[in-house]
Amino acid sequence: MTSTPAPPPRNRLLPVVTQILLGLGTLAITLLGLLLITFVIARVVPTDPVLSIVGERATEAQIAAIREKLGLDLPLWQQFFIYVWDAMRGDLGTSIKTGAPVASEIARYFPATLELATLGTIFGTLVGVPAGVLAATRPGSIADQIVRVVGLMGYSMPVFWLGLIGLLVFYGQLDWVSGPGRLDPTYDMMMEFTLTSYTGMILIDSALNGAWDVFGNAVSHIILPAGLLGYVSMAYISRMTRSFMMNELGQEYITTARVKGMPEWRVVWVHAMKNVAVPLITVIALSYAYLLEGSVLTETIFAWPGLGSYITDALFSADMPAVLGGTVVVGVVFVTLNMASDILYRLVDPRART
Amino acid sequence: MTALRAWLSDPNPASRRQARLGQAWLAWQRIQRNRLAMAGLIIVAILLLVAAFAPLIAPHDPLTQDLTRRLLPPGTPGNLLGTDDFGRDILSRIIYGARITLYIIALVAVTAPVLGLLIGTVAGYFGGWIDAILMRVTDIFLAFPRLILALALVAVLGPGIENAVLAIALTAWPPYARVARAETLTVRSSDYIAAIRLQGAGAPRIIAGHVVPMCLPSVIIRVTLDMAGVILIAAGLGFLGLGVLPPTPEWGLMISSGRKYLFEQWWVATMPGLAIFIVSLGFNLLGDGLRDVLDPRSASR
Amino acid sequence: MSLLEVRNLRVTFDTETGLVQAVRGVSFSLGHERLGIVGESGSGKTMTGRAVLRLIRPPGRIEADAMTFDGQDILHASEREMRALRGKRIGMVMQDPKYSLNPVMTVGRQLTEGLRLRDGLGRADATAKAIAALEAVQIRDPGRVMDAYPHELSGGMGQRVMIAMMLIPEPELLIADEPTSALDVTVQAEVLSILDRLVRDRGMGLIFISHDLRLVARFCDRVLVMHKGLVVEEIAASRLLDAKHPYTKGLLNCLPRIGGPRGPLPVLDRAGI
Repeated sequence: MTSTPAPPPRNRLLPVVTQILLGLGTLAITLLGLLLITFVIARVVPTDPVLSIVGERATEAQIAAIREKLGLDLPLWQQFFIYVWDAMRGDLGTSIKTGAPVASEIARYFPATLELATLGTIFGTLVGVPAGVLAATRPGSIADQIVRVVGLMGYSMPVFWLGLIGLLVFYGQLDWVSGPGRLDPTYDMMMEFTLTSYTGMILIDSALNGAWDVFGNAVSHIILPAGLLGYVSMAYISRMTRSFMMNELGQEYITTARVKGMPEWRVVWVHAMKNVAVPLITVIALSYAYLLEGSVLTETIFAWPGLGSYITDALFSADMPAVLGGTVVVGVVFVTLNMASDILYRLVDPRART
Repeated sequence: MTALRAWLSDPNPASRRQARLGQAWLAWQRIQRNRLAMAGLIIVAILLLVAAFAPLIAPHDPLTQDLTRRLLPPGTPGNLLGTDDFGRDILSRIIYGARITLYIIALVAVTAPVLGLLIGTVAGYFGGWIDAILMRVTDIFLAFPRLILALALVAVLGPGIENAVLAIALTAWPPYARVARAETLTVRSSDYIAAIRLQGAGAPRIIAGHVVPMCLPSVIIRVTLDMAGVILIAAGLGFLGLGVLPPTPEWGLMISSGRKYLFEQWWVATMPGLAIFIVSLGFNLLGDGLRDVLDPRSASR
Repeated sequence: MSLLEVRNLRVTFDTETGLVQAVRGVSFSLGHERLGIVGESGSGKTMTGRAVLRLIRPPGRIEADAMTFDGQDILHASEREMRALRGKRIGMVMQDPKYSLNPVMTVGRQLTEGLRLRDGLGRADATAKAIAALEAVQIRDPGRVMDAYPHELSGGMGQRVMIAMMLIPEPELLIADEPTSALDVTVQAEVLSILDRLVRDRGMGLIFISHDLRLVARFCDRVLVMHKGLVVEEIAASRLLDAKHPYTKGLLNCLPRIGGPRGPLPVLDRAGI
């Protein structure tokens, strides 16, 4: 008997570390590119940022002074350098409308969006994955057709319209849920003045404070927008789950599991699912990112004081620093989510670790 | 007819054209058997017809206001889907709106893929650092959430249909660049490209004449699949008031103007939304079916 | 009494382009012996093996006049009864360990899964049995292989793991579907000799599916030659050279012989079949 080739060394985490470092490198380049795009957009703005500060009747000297103060007299590459440097320190400029730093305003608005998108993704995953598996295990069946059509409908619906219809039906007609906003005004006051804020996410904060009446009211407000976003993400997740699962169920190792006499639930939910989970992580992260973006339109419908509302409000008051700051933040979240899913992918898939 | 069918389904085609037509015939038969895809095709066909013959079909002028006939409910004689807050016939506005929607997706369909093709083929053909830089740029654009980037662009360019199209196209090209690059990489090292190069053809001619045609089919499939997304983004921009300006009957804008009356006169916002939903569902069904037919790996059986 | 009895087995696939008959009426019976099934790809030999385990999934269909294993009707057995047979009494080794082992589960988990789930063994007992099985297929460092993922193993090692996995419950019948075709030539002989010895020692029935006529002749007692879903010849392995059917002769003629003429090998003549 010839010698058996030895398996590779035991330490499986080391390659992951180098890959994370490599990933951080590309992350830095991507973020730089992101800032370059917003910088270019900001510099081609037809409205002169100086004019909006000093007003129409400023003297030449005043304008020059402001230009110097804003650094607009410097060469473009220096301006970009300063822009990147500021952004790295968390300075995204000053809102023209409120005069407050954009970064701190976004920090105030962001938790609402995060809460909404997270809950939506949880709904979408909890429904979408089983629905996709169901469809994949019975291809061509009625269940499969239903999952397919319901999914395609989710793909095809304008999310803002879906929000309006949801409000009309579940709030206006059936009165099952509360209307726009995160809380009723009275609870809002309670939240503001008597409760401690830990995360800015009302569901978590009220639970931590033990204020269950606030919690209940928050649930009645968030359930509709989160449910709608969840539907949109369910559409995507169920389709992807179905296609991944179909692919895995056609693999030979599935036959092996069946030959071993494994019950079908185990074949599907353990043997195939472990493999489906690998690409599914990316899909769920992507749909999470989608929801953060989709919240722009949803938030305007539900008067949800989140990042989406912040950006659109800023848009209408021509508050470019706020718009671009918000854009940068959403972009950063996008990139970070992508990166995180990439790392998770490598942790889950043993083949990617070597 | 039967002779033609036999000629098309001949397993031993005599010419290349017969083989190609036979393939198309087979694909067409498979689409026909896919009921959902046919439904999508019919919806898209109806959209085209409605847009083309809008003046003949529409019962009223989409812009004529009649304040005595404001906010009439659906089913009112003469106003099948009711009227809006200016007394305009909603059905007529939706019919004319089909033209705007079609105009937007047509413009996006001829701009974004062209840009993507150019960048993808150049990156794939030359390789090396050109490829590295172009693909990094593509990744950066992909990293941006599309709607938000489009919003920021429109905010800078100002509202209007052409600006909306430009913003959508500028955010829609990266996937095409990816597809085109992948295709280019597979043909780049093939013998026939080497033969053309030996004949003394320059890079522009090779790319335009021999690489781009190879990439076209996969890019076209991708375009069909993306149309529904384009419709939704365009409607979203319209809804936010960043697309077409009033009183043009754009569907997203119509939803936005109906929002004020949501609880009392629900139809004003609901009807145009249904139109968006049906049309984008049509494109999705068609694209889905096309992918099943043309890409055997993703076929459901 | 024979271990496996198959009468007029048919496997049909309902595809877009119409019905495809992969197996068109195959009959054979098997005792505690080694039966070879030979044929080109597409001859229906793999489908025959899988039909015995009822592993054909829709849109495929299995039909037969009779199919019994040790007296038990496996054509009409419930899925639960089939599961009890699979893994416990009938095993199958497939072509390429790269695909037939679950890529995201460690070898150990895949080996002990059946023991723990079906036989209710504790972790330590199951691990001990699995390690013993790995030793039986001559893996020298079973502890390390248990912790490895399939992609970390060579093809030969993977196939030995696969054999170990199938032999753990000591089945009465093993179906080996091209068990060495995906392996390097040098490793092939090793894996075959391991398989041969285990089958001989434990006295199980073996169905050995292969496209390699010579291999089958050396390895089996009896050979079925399949072509286009039909058995065209059934013959004792020792008398293969006396085969009468033109297809079998054709297959034999395509093999090079040491000391034979050095001209191009004849191509299988399909006209006469």
